[in-house]
Amino acid sequence: MNRIAWPALAMLMLALVFLLGPFVVVFVAGFSGDETLAFPPRSWGWRWMAHVFTVEAFQRSFATSLVVGVGSTLAALALGVPVAYALARHRLPGQEVVRTVLTLPLVVPGIIVGLALLNHMVLVHDLPVRASLLVGHTALLLPYAVRVVSASLANLRPDIDDAAVTLGATRAQAFFKVVLPNIRGGIAAAAVLAFITSFNQVPVSLFLTGPGVSTLPIEMMAYMETSYDPSIAALSTILVVFTIAVVAATERLLGISRYV
Amino acid sequence: MTELLLQGLCITYGRRAAKGAAAVNDLDLQVPAGQLVSLLGPSGCGKTTTMRAVAGLLAPQAGRIVLGGEDITRTPAHRRDIGLVFQSYALFPHLSAFDNVAFGLRLRKVADAELRRRVDEALASVNLAELGARLPAQLSGGQQQRVALARAMVIRPRLLLLDEPLSNLDAALRLEMRAEVRRLQRSLGTTMLYVTHDQEEALALSDRIVVMRAGRIEQHAAPAELYERPATPFVAAFMGHENLFEWRDGHLHGPKGAVPLPLDGLAAARDGRFTHLAWRPTQVPVLAAAGDVDGAAAGADAAACALPGRVLARSYLGDAVQYLVDTTIGPVKGCGGPQSAWQEDDAVRVWLDPARAARLDGGRA
Repeated sequence: MNRIAWPALAMLMLALVFLLGPFVVVFVAGFSGDETLAFPPRSWGWRWMAHVFTVEAFQRSFATSLVVGVGSTLAALALGVPVAYALARHRLPGQEVVRTVLTLPLVVPGIIVGLALLNHMVLVHDLPVRASLLVGHTALLLPYAVRVVSASLANLRPDIDDAAVTLGATRAQAFFKVVLPNIRGGIAAAAVLAFITSFNQVPVSLFLTGPGVSTLPIEMMAYMETSYDPSIAALSTILVVFTIAVVAATERLLGISRYV
Repeated sequence: MTELLLQGLCITYGRRAAKGAAAVNDLDLQVPAGQLVSLLGPSGCGKTTTMRAVAGLLAPQAGRIVLGGEDITRTPAHRRDIGLVFQSYALFPHLSAFDNVAFGLRLRKVADAELRRRVDEALASVNLAELGARLPAQLSGGQQQRVALARAMVIRPRLLLLDEPLSNLDAALRLEMRAEVRRLQRSLGTTMLYVTHDQEEALALSDRIVVMRAGRIEQHAAPAELYERPATPFVAAFMGHENLFEWRDGHLHGPKGAVPLPLDGLAAARDGRFTHLAWRPTQVPVLAAAGDVDGAAAGADAAACALPGRVLARSYLGDAVQYLVDTTIGPVKGCGGPQSAWQEDDAVRVWLDPARAARLDGGRA
């Protein structure tokens, strides 16, 4: 055995505490039986966990988040997979510019994306809230989809498309019979990442949600402004467990961490 | 049995040049039916570009590709019925060896029973009958290349292209696969175009060899002819003639100077113009500083060709010792017997015998 590097270990612990500390606080508070949010709770129970399922605003916004998340994920993949494929297989003029533009929302603050969409699309074209959320989230998720699918395409030699073609496949057949089956893992990883990103999205949604229609994170923020009970902690705990379960399941089935 | 003809093939790249792709300039080539012709040259000479154009994976700017009398220049790649074996094997990672081989037959809607029979046959022909169920990742490099070969052959292509198919294999396997390719070619009679940068491989496999350089054909000849009589300094250097000197006005010119080299009788004996003489190191005996050149060939002429010099370096090759000798015209590489023991700085002579030299036309060099 090597000598244990204590300073490095201490730094690692510190980082873990820093990263997971807030989770622990929220997680513990989620099991509070008190009337108001406090840490540590004075009493314990499942009452707030049960309570959040009865709040109608949460129910409705959860449904909206689900629809927007699934819809924008599918849209981002429908656009992102062909884009990633084109970038991987063809030398196009200005390719690097295209690549940079497609990863821009990763560096541009969501607030700017939200504001731009609101000012120049939603208000101008009078888009319904759900549609504008779908458009906004799709724009936001597209770079994730392109990135992750590109990473899985990079593991695939371009020769295999050519091999399929010389064996009698059209370019389209080569894509569907040879390329697609080999990037299924990457696409699944992109889908999971995109859905979670959409589901947890705040800045873009903040601008695009309107009267009567809201996503779950926006509804949670609104709820906190008026109530100070532990239901938000309970709901957060449920969401964290849900997210971890989804990621763990896909990781187990497909090994998505190779692509992200 | 199908003949391939390339006529005036031109392929140029603009700004969109793929990395390492070379242009091809006005290329004419005939691959006779049932023969194996190699495109041989260093990387960037256009050999792979030519092959990809034949496969239909890139479009030539000018020229015609004629296969079995049919102009296929504009035929889409997937309708050409040309097999291609890739350097990287390019097996489909998600399919078993069996399904890889079956891929082309499934696209051709071959009935199940026949498909099974033909795939099994193809796998057996490359000695992989037992391994059909394995995925490519579970096969060794040599086995993967055999699957790739079977996959390309099973569709009974009119022409089989092989793009440096053995260069990713280790030396022993390469020799074995070389024999395998030759055996398949002989038994099936498929016309093959074989791309390689390995002259030994080309010599061992080919009916004819086309040496390419910068998008043009440098020499097109049978292996023995190419080896014995390279046409240009480039081919000579590529085929291992490391001693290359210009011959002009009865003198041999090297980087350091010139020596008279009588060549009258020989020059008249063979027509054709030539500007350079070239020797392989094995064709240049290294001799003691004094004494007769050679019992039989001794004479005034021969003696004149034995240049004195000093040993710069020696390397023991087992069946011979190779010497790098500094002469009045420049460094010359020659060979001494395995027992020869000259050391650096020893005075020796190198015998540049015109009778053993290859005559080259450097007009294009």
